[in-house]
Amino acid sequence: MAKQLVVDPKKCVSCRTCELVCSFKHNEEFNPRLSNVSVFHYEDAAITVPIMCMQCDEASCAAICPTGALRRNAQGVIEHDANKCIVCKMCVSACPLGNISYSPAKRMIHKCDLCGGEAWCAKYCPTGAISLVDPDEVPDKKQLAADKLKAAVEEVRA
Amino acid sequence: MTQANGWIGTILRINLTEGSIKKEPLNMQDAHDYVGARGLGTKYYCNEVDPKVDPLSPENKLIFMTGPLTGTAACSAGRYEVVSKAPLTGIIGAANSGGHFGPELKYAGYDGIIFEGKANHPVYLHINDDQVELLDANELWGQGVHETTEALEAKHGKVRVSCIGTPGERCMLFAAIMNDKNRAAGRGGMGAVMGSKNLKAIAVRGTGGVTVARPEGFMNEVTKARTMLKEHPVTGNGLGTFGTEILVNIVNEVGGLPLRNGRDGSYWEQADDTSGERLNETHLVKNQGCFGCSIACGRVTKIEGKGNLDGFGEGPEYEAGWSYGAACGVNDISSIVKANFICNEQGMDPITLGSTVACAMELYEMGAIPEEDIGFPLRFGDAAAMVKLTQMCADGEGFGKTIGLGSYRLAEKYGHPELSMSVKKQEMPAYDGRAIQGIGLEYATSNRGGCHVRGYMISPEVLGIPVKLDPQVTEGKGAMLKTFQDLTALCDSTGMCLFTTFGIGLPEIAGQYREAVGSDETDEEILLKGERIWNLEKRFNMEAGVEKDTLPPRLLREALPSGPAKGKVNELQTMLADYYEARNWTADGIPTPEKLAELNVTY
Repeated sequence: MAKQLVVDPKKCVSCRTCELVCSFKHNEEFNPRLSNVSVFHYEDAAITVPIMCMQCDEASCAAICPTGALRRNAQGVIEHDANKCIVCKMCVSACPLGNISYSPAKRMIHKCDLCGGEAWCAKYCPTGAISLVDPDEVPDKKQLAADKLKAAVEEVRA
Repeated sequence: MTQANGWIGTILRINLTEGSIKKEPLNMQDAHDYVGARGLGTKYYCNEVDPKVDPLSPENKLIFMTGPLTGTAACSAGRYEVVSKAPLTGIIGAANSGGHFGPELKYAGYDGIIFEGKANHPVYLHINDDQVELLDANELWGQGVHETTEALEAKHGKVRVSCIGTPGERCMLFAAIMNDKNRAAGRGGMGAVMGSKNLKAIAVRGTGGVTVARPEGFMNEVTKARTMLKEHPVTGNGLGTFGTEILVNIVNEVGGLPLRNGRDGSYWEQADDTSGERLNETHLVKNQGCFGCSIACGRVTKIEGKGNLDGFGEGPEYEAGWSYGAACGVNDISSIVKANFICNEQGMDPITLGSTVACAMELYEMGAIPEEDIGFPLRFGDAAAMVKLTQMCADGEGFGKTIGLGSYRLAEKYGHPELSMSVKKQEMPAYDGRAIQGIGLEYATSNRGGCHVRGYMISPEVLGIPVKLDPQVTEGKGAMLKTFQDLTALCDSTGMCLFTTFGIGLPEIAGQYREAVGSDETDEEILLKGERIWNLEKRFNMEAGVEKDTLPPRLLREALPSGPAKGKVNELQTMLADYYEARNWTADGIPTPEKLAELNVTY
């Protein structure tokens, strides 16, 4: 089963280390514009959100690709094959989350490949705002809500 | 096109008098010898500008310089340096800042910018990769830092902005250059130099990248150093959780927190009211990191429900928390946060400003400044008067204009220059040289006047990093300071943040530098570049006409009245002799021809 990237904006300190290491891993160049993860900072709210490909089960990018350059591999990751890609950019339009990009400078399509399972964005994130986990380990929101309810009941009891 | 060695290889030269824009190759020999940022900017400056220049004249130049690690994944490597002759001190001014501006400049394709001359009307520089243009700034003139930044973002989209507020426009002597709204190239008045050139702002957008010489080796060094930062209690937890304000209680506990302009010693019963712990409880929204920084010491703060104090911004840092706190005897943390907001919004150095208000408070209380000059009473502890005076200084109104002279010129004007807590006309920060001997030596010998970040002796003397030294002894301080000064000059010049040196040392700084630029130099050879930078700065200062290395008489003669260091003064002369010897300078503190030849400093 493919591992999954999970983002916790509460922990993000807006340092953009993920952008740096992602661009370097794939291009040997520190260049946030070539990164497959992008960090959005909302100054007034003091909240920062990293965002990247979620490897959708129903992947629009792969569905629309006319040459089969985007395919799911054995680990469940949608891989981009530059040799098959004709850079038509249909995938960029098709992705509902904007997580597949075209670089005008390099004239190439780029997207997250989980670094072959290493996910450098998660590996180098200093605060754990990005983590790579088994889907089974993704924090269950129901569980979190139950935890809160339990705490509230305890408080009332006390 | 980038070079595969951390550098882009291109410098922008902007002549504001002519309105000309030139791109020239980076001087790679100087980049090798002087590392980058602080060192390289200073080398360019020394090559091109008469040391006797009037800092606020068109003949002066203003240099923005990044380092070879700026914009890479090296630890906290998001910094750039602004270099010029400082109007506050009349000696070399080099002030660095984090945020996101420095890396963006490199991504646009430039290692640095040299500004020459003076525009005949307000302008700003707009950079969008290859496209570089000087544009009219008449509509921005008169606006604050936040307004200017927002106006340029609205006009040009995703740009990073470095700019001045109105104090900079008026050439106020400690005006700062601010980037990303709240990050400051703060000390010495670099903002005044920018204002004197009619240059309001630089707005930059870059879509390129930075490459390094040995990618695999580089990431190995980065990974090793980042792991050390994460595992160190100061860089992995303390600074991120409590910010630099965590130092308030720590420094007070050694009796080293200067109280009421240092008049009342350096131990304060109410220190905790202004601590990092208290800031977290009262005003902290979130901590935030500069570009590429895992430490994330930045404070996003908010004041709510306090009437006219209400606001939103960043900080304060420990030094600003002290200058508006203990130095003014003010323990209302909301007023401290507010005064710091005003400094950020208008681009002023809060260390100098708060210390100048503190100096004015002492002069007022002793009757040296008549109340009619100020317009209201100005006693220690009066938070409202402190905030009001800060705003008046920002606006250049009334007595605020006199505050804008800095404490030395203010105290001199009222007949008591000895009550300015400054060295070479720049205010000393938040550590008392009577309780902490080595930091006093650091202030006295700093190449940019009173300053804590030229050789942070608090690290060994208080925090015990890398070894614990007794703050009250003088032995060994000279040699330790020399090493710290050289290492700091190196660290600043790479583009990394000095705060990394709590968790990593020379091997890690040199390691990342070596792999980025593709060097096979030893750690010692790389550290020697720091010593070279220090000696060049010193030589420039001598040619500019620097005052002798000393401290305010208060630190040398008035014994501390209370606290753990009760009875102490700073024993400067003993330490100075050791220090000059460690530097291999003459007994009068002059670099010898042999030392300069060894370092290949030809100035």
